[in-house]
Amino acid sequence: MTYDTLNLLFQFLDSFAFIVLATVGLAVIFGMMGIINLAHGEFILVGAYGTTLSYGAGLPLVAAMGVGVLVTTVFGLVLERTVIRRLYHRPLDSMVATWGLSLLSIQLARIVFGNTLSQVGTPLGSISYGPFSYSAYRVALAGIAVAVLGGLYWLFMYTEFGTQARATMEDEPTARSMGVDTDRIYLGTFGLGSALAGLTGALYAPTITMTPELGASFLVEAFVTVVVGGSSVLVGTSLAGGFLGVVNATFTNLAGTFIGQVAMLLAAILAIRLLPEGITGLLDSWREKRAEGEQ
Amino acid sequence: MNLASLRALFDGPNTRGTSDRFWMAFGLAVFVLLCYPLVASTYAVANAALFLLYAILGLSLCVIWGYCGILSFGQVAFFGVGGYVFGIVGINLADGIGAALGLLAGVGVATLFAFVLGYFMFYGGVRDVYVTIMTLVVALVVHTFMGQTAGSEWAIGEAALGGFDGMTNIPNLAIGGFELIDTAFYYVVLLALLGTYLGLRALVNSDFGRAMVAVREDEERTELLGYDTKRIKLFVFTLGGALAGLSGVLYASWGNYMNPAVFGITFAALPVVWVSVGGRDSLLGAIGATYAIEWFSQQLSITGSEYALVVVGGLLLVTILWLPAGVAPAVADWLSEKQSSPAARGHEEVAD
Repeated sequence: MTYDTLNLLFQFLDSFAFIVLATVGLAVIFGMMGIINLAHGEFILVGAYGTTLSYGAGLPLVAAMGVGVLVTTVFGLVLERTVIRRLYHRPLDSMVATWGLSLLSIQLARIVFGNTLSQVGTPLGSISYGPFSYSAYRVALAGIAVAVLGGLYWLFMYTEFGTQARATMEDEPTARSMGVDTDRIYLGTFGLGSALAGLTGALYAPTITMTPELGASFLVEAFVTVVVGGSSVLVGTSLAGGFLGVVNATFTNLAGTFIGQVAMLLAAILAIRLLPEGITGLLDSWREKRAEGEQ
Repeated sequence: MNLASLRALFDGPNTRGTSDRFWMAFGLAVFVLLCYPLVASTYAVANAALFLLYAILGLSLCVIWGYCGILSFGQVAFFGVGGYVFGIVGINLADGIGAALGLLAGVGVATLFAFVLGYFMFYGGVRDVYVTIMTLVVALVVHTFMGQTAGSEWAIGEAALGGFDGMTNIPNLAIGGFELIDTAFYYVVLLALLGTYLGLRALVNSDFGRAMVAVREDEERTELLGYDTKRIKLFVFTLGGALAGLSGVLYASWGNYMNPAVFGITFAALPVVWVSVGGRDSLLGAIGATYAIEWFSQQLSITGSEYALVVVGGLLLVTILWLPAGVAPAVADWLSEKQSSPAARGHEEVAD
């Protein structure tokens, strides 16, 4: 009985980490810039391949992960300068264009690296409890997911970049007229989102099969979470991640991966029905009510 | 009904080619397509049939995105469901009647699927980019589902779903015991495409079509004018699902085979590529682009090149960046400029 509860808890940690890490890069770019990056999966792919290849070349795992993040960041910055910047304020077109990018990247990865890469083994061994055992690395991922959210909170709330970025998101013309270099903020934000996607690829490289389509396995979770979370990057993503993590863990535990995904999808449809602006909208109206109450 | 009033049914402000010259070129193109099997090999005719049936899938996206402003990334979900249901019914009722019932069932289930999904989305207040994401997520979830149906418990009657290996031995489409293969199948596809094209032309130029375009242009204003925009969107989305389902049924009958790749992200992108490149508000542009892009991809694959998807992805990117309206409107503008008479606008960009 207690072992079952413990198992469910680990399942939740696993789902939560996966959902948050799969989403966070996409959420930063969507929340700040209003762009849905359909090539998000391929940013993760770049991170994972960068990590696996540099590990194969003899780097220690942590350094290899650093390389994965770096390569993805550069990839993102180059794309922002060449493609993405032309598509600001055209949300549907930006989705279509990034999808073209996605097709192109998947196939180029296949041509250059073939259908698989040799794998990095999962580090850190496992935790055993009663009849179950659990990969310690996956527990560490949950810790990292929380740390990433904390780091973003600090970045957006307590640094100059964060303040300027929030101002740009709120009202771009005003921010620009107040002296914020909004062009640089957009570039930085897109780079940050890319780096986070790269981090996700680097972190999951030891646990998933290295194929050119690996990015697609993150998309369902990432898109559903962005839809449920709404445009507020931090609060939206962490609350939606927690909520969907519970839903996903419970149903995956009961009936397998597919039912877990369907449950998430249904939860998302239900959530949009009840909260058209996502969790962000719920929080906003709650804040307004509280502000009215204080007056 | 005389010819002029018949033409009035298909001509209107929402389609480009309306001149005499256009209809003459259109008639010529249809004639060429009708004669094609007389001069081409069986293999070439089978390929042409594939491209033409894909064009119906392209049209399904063209009408909902280009004319009603709903960008669906999940048309392949209805395409795949149509094909799989056709297979299930066709395999179980093997003799004669099975394939005909399969056609009805395939299109019917795809239509119902689109209706239910559309109902929850549009009446649930899901809009804009969220609709797009939802439709894609649905396709990806069905992809996951079909991928894990490898075991023997995943069989419906005689028809095994087959997981990633797919469903084999799907029968050919047949009418009254007469199997539609090779040339006969080509003519059925051509007829279905022609019917779809003319039907959609009549639809978008009708009063309802004007309401659809109004929803695309400004949904709130249309609603304030008294139109039930949710019902309009639901109808168009369901129609798109039915057409995609029809295309899927033809596809399953064409290859006698379905697999979960039709729900995957790569195949899901293709209708978006065809319609974006052809011109999202040009029905004929969508048909022409579908045919041209698929023909080109196949030519590349035959030579052993793996670059087809790279080129297709690049083409999409280039189109969105430099020719966002697509090729067909640009061609139509160019032609009308050349003739310097707005009444004589036509676009001779024809399939094949």
